[in-house]
Amino acid sequence: MKKLEVRKNTYYDSVTLMIISKEVKTVDGVNEALVGMGTDLNQELVKALHLATPGFEEVTANDFFVAADCDSDEAFAAAVAKVDELLSKKASKGKSDYFPPTLEGALKVNPDLNMAIISVPGRHAAGVAQNCLDHNINVMLFSDNVTIEEEKELKENAAAKELLMMGPDCGTAIINHVPLAFANVVKSGDIGMVCASGTGAQEVSCIIDQLGGGISQLLGTGGRDLRKEIGGTMMKLCLDALINDPKTKVIAMVSKPPAPEIAAQILDQAAAGGKPVVVCFIGGDPTEIEKRGLVAACSLEDCAHKAVALSKGETPETFDTFSMGVQQAEQMAAAEVAKMAPTQKYIRGLYTGGTLCDEAMKLLIGELGHIQSNIPLNPEDNLENARTAASVRHTFLDFGDDAFTVGRPHPMIDPSLRAERVVQEASDPEAAVVLVDCVIGYGSHEDPAADLADAIRAAKAEASKNGRHLAVVASVCGTEGDPQSRSATQMKLADAGAIVLPTNAQATRFAQLILRRL
Amino acid sequence: MSKVNELFEQKLNVVNFGIESFYQDLVKQDKPAVHVDWKPIAGGDKKIAGYLRKLKQPELYEKIQAANQEALSRILSAQPVLVGMSTAGEAIPGMTPTTILHAGPPVTWENMCGPVRGAVMGGLIYEGLAKDLKEAEELAASGKITFSPCHHHNAVGPMAGIVTYSMPVWHVVNKTFGIDAYCTMNEGLGKVLRFGACDQEVFDRLHRMREVYYPVLKEALELHGEIDLKVMIAQALQMGDEGHNRNKAGTSLLLREIAQDIYNTHFPKEQQAAAFKFLNDNDHVFLNLTMPACKSTMDAIFDIPYSTVVATMCRNGTEFGIRIAGLGKDQWFTAPSEFIRGLYFPGFTEKDANRDVGDSCITETTGIGGFCMAASPAIVQFVGGQVQDAINYSSQMYEITVGEGNAYKIPVLDFRGSATGIDIMKVIETGIRPIINTGIAHKDYGVGQIGAGLVNPPEGCFTKAIASCAEAWG
Repeated sequence: MKKLEVRKNTYYDSVTLMIISKEVKTVDGVNEALVGMGTDLNQELVKALHLATPGFEEVTANDFFVAADCDSDEAFAAAVAKVDELLSKKASKGKSDYFPPTLEGALKVNPDLNMAIISVPGRHAAGVAQNCLDHNINVMLFSDNVTIEEEKELKENAAAKELLMMGPDCGTAIINHVPLAFANVVKSGDIGMVCASGTGAQEVSCIIDQLGGGISQLLGTGGRDLRKEIGGTMMKLCLDALINDPKTKVIAMVSKPPAPEIAAQILDQAAAGGKPVVVCFIGGDPTEIEKRGLVAACSLEDCAHKAVALSKGETPETFDTFSMGVQQAEQMAAAEVAKMAPTQKYIRGLYTGGTLCDEAMKLLIGELGHIQSNIPLNPEDNLENARTAASVRHTFLDFGDDAFTVGRPHPMIDPSLRAERVVQEASDPEAAVVLVDCVIGYGSHEDPAADLADAIRAAKAEASKNGRHLAVVASVCGTEGDPQSRSATQMKLADAGAIVLPTNAQATRFAQLILRRL
Repeated sequence: MSKVNELFEQKLNVVNFGIESFYQDLVKQDKPAVHVDWKPIAGGDKKIAGYLRKLKQPELYEKIQAANQEALSRILSAQPVLVGMSTAGEAIPGMTPTTILHAGPPVTWENMCGPVRGAVMGGLIYEGLAKDLKEAEELAASGKITFSPCHHHNAVGPMAGIVTYSMPVWHVVNKTFGIDAYCTMNEGLGKVLRFGACDQEVFDRLHRMREVYYPVLKEALELHGEIDLKVMIAQALQMGDEGHNRNKAGTSLLLREIAQDIYNTHFPKEQQAAAFKFLNDNDHVFLNLTMPACKSTMDAIFDIPYSTVVATMCRNGTEFGIRIAGLGKDQWFTAPSEFIRGLYFPGFTEKDANRDVGDSCITETTGIGGFCMAASPAIVQFVGGQVQDAINYSSQMYEITVGEGNAYKIPVLDFRGSATGIDIMKVIETGIRPIINTGIAHKDYGVGQIGAGLVNPPEGCFTKAIASCAEAWG
């Protein structure tokens, strides 16, 4: 049936009405509709669409009308209701910010830009970074797949201009108390950090925060800076800046063990600076460090403890135990083992943070001898095709490694692949312990514990269905101030049945207690 | 103390390339940050990026930048005025009784799209060269008719852009440079020649335009004297027009300007009234004045050696063509024109649409139209967008232009001059193509306009042009 509603002397903009006409046609029972002002053009359209009804010729250009061919009076009423709804609709979405396409455009928006975060594909990254340096903008380069030659050139150019060139593969920095990319909300204080590792920097800064210390600056260098080819260019620049920074009282340095000749240069520079320096060369030899009167740390956690002690004017002491006490840890480990089946023998470390994975392996390798991994400590323990290959004996996987990130976001942003693997390990009768990290803070997934907790529940259920008990040991890298909150994250994992330890080092040592009893 | 220590004392202002959430995190903390919508240069095409690098060699780049500044200064110093009316045959250089001008870059009868063919046939019948469509089609294909782009004859035409010998035309002059430009009178909406309609209704209107309205308007303009179009366009932009798809304000201003002169002509009252009503009933009258104003403005930048500024953008319904200031009037860079993303009149869909057609994007070339979309928020609704989208479109255009307008300004951007002088190097570098507001023609002749929306020139025009620049000057 053809229906018409006319509102005399009511004006609406024609474009608005075209949009409404389109929407009204989607109402159930409406076959064709035209909503408009009674202009000559619309009069013709009404005829062309066969919507004309007696009396339509009296509609004038000053009148608003709804003409429709519909199945019933109800359908027409619905159409009119839809028209009213759309006419009174207000824009719901907020303003979308303007994103310029180039650095030059960005500088027009904000001429004071002084720090760039770059995470474009690696083959384009050096060009983007160099352009920033050319504009005297400090760079934090998160992209990987940047060649070592490009890195060397970028860093030399930056050093000549006294600009920061953090990275490539640098995901964490806190400059002037602004967390950049993957970083946590830590208290401000007098400990300055310079790190060649992302999650290592996060772990140390978060533990410092838990211990009541605070951070002045947290600078990154990228993982290859202390290699011979680069020569520690950025580490030297950063160290120098921290030594000269009046707000920094204690310096904490975190890196994998550097090339010996570079280590010597860096340690000499640190020793000459006149400030207490804690050095954590993860898994490295403390001799060279201590020889120069610097403080060596045996784990990321230990590094934080020692830095906080120095910041408080106390004597740094090695921390390599459990916050809960050794006895209680032993009891809990024994209780876990008691529930296990005889087939269960091995640990599976499933990490989103590369340095945390590396640290755990280094803490365990002495007793385990071999750990299969996509980032193996010994080349012969390399696990090929880690993404699809099953775990063998003791296996640790770094989900942030290229093997897992090709065509995917970093696991700290999208932790789903790691969560799936947790469940997958549960079906292996030889798996005894699953060791996981959970990194929160800015940059990370808004609630990484949610997926992980579900996976832990599913894994535990799968194991117990087959008469086994899977121990899941976890630590959360983060602070109370982080958007996800450390305690809330710990609670979610504990509720799912994980044993949650305060730090990665303690979680690893706890897993070790279990393995010793198997 | 190094510069890094100075940084420790400064407020951190972050620019983010890549993962957008890093930027969002900073926004959540109220830290000053800008996110760059980064794309690899030329979409990662190494060859095209190579041309760009060649043109950016310091010595050459300096010449290019100087040339582009010269182009901008010529655009900004243009003074387009409406001086009067005449017929195409009297005024347009190279016009003959068997010449038909069309929109866009050169195109043969065989390659013309439906609406342009329709308009050509309509034009032949209107001129009395053919008595019906069949005869018109044969004549058009016979080789006896000279087809030529409006742009080769100091002219521009909206949509099909057909100009025939006896059609009345507006005559505009860029007084700064003494450049003429011509454009026919706008016929209105509905079934009209420029959308390829060619029936009796169309011919009747065209005849009324020439015999009834034109003499009145011509005399009225003689009585009035020249009209400064730059000022009028600038005012229209303050009144909600963007100068391409919305011409309500401009048309009103024009009518107010010459109303008394129409009354003062010697023609009978009925004829005056008819002419007045013709202008009053059609919101798009002013488009056909804005276009020659822009044409006369942009023709001034040809033959500035090394200028990479776009002097012409237009389409013939088959291909989109651009010309570059530094490469001269004879070199067209063409690629198939795109389909318009837009809103369709009731009863029509994307399936009915012709490719983008018409010379009207000379407005965008000059820095209005889509480039001033923020001045006309109503227009952005054609793509279902919001006012902020209009602002973003206009803001984005500053990334690909040499400078900003001094007369054409956008109120909502705090009266910022519109983005002016499209630089193909910037288009290639940013991957941002000019945004054009335009009407949608039905793909078959005889139907007319079926919607309106947004479109861009195809990328191919710019990649071909930059290759030629690199070869010519590199």
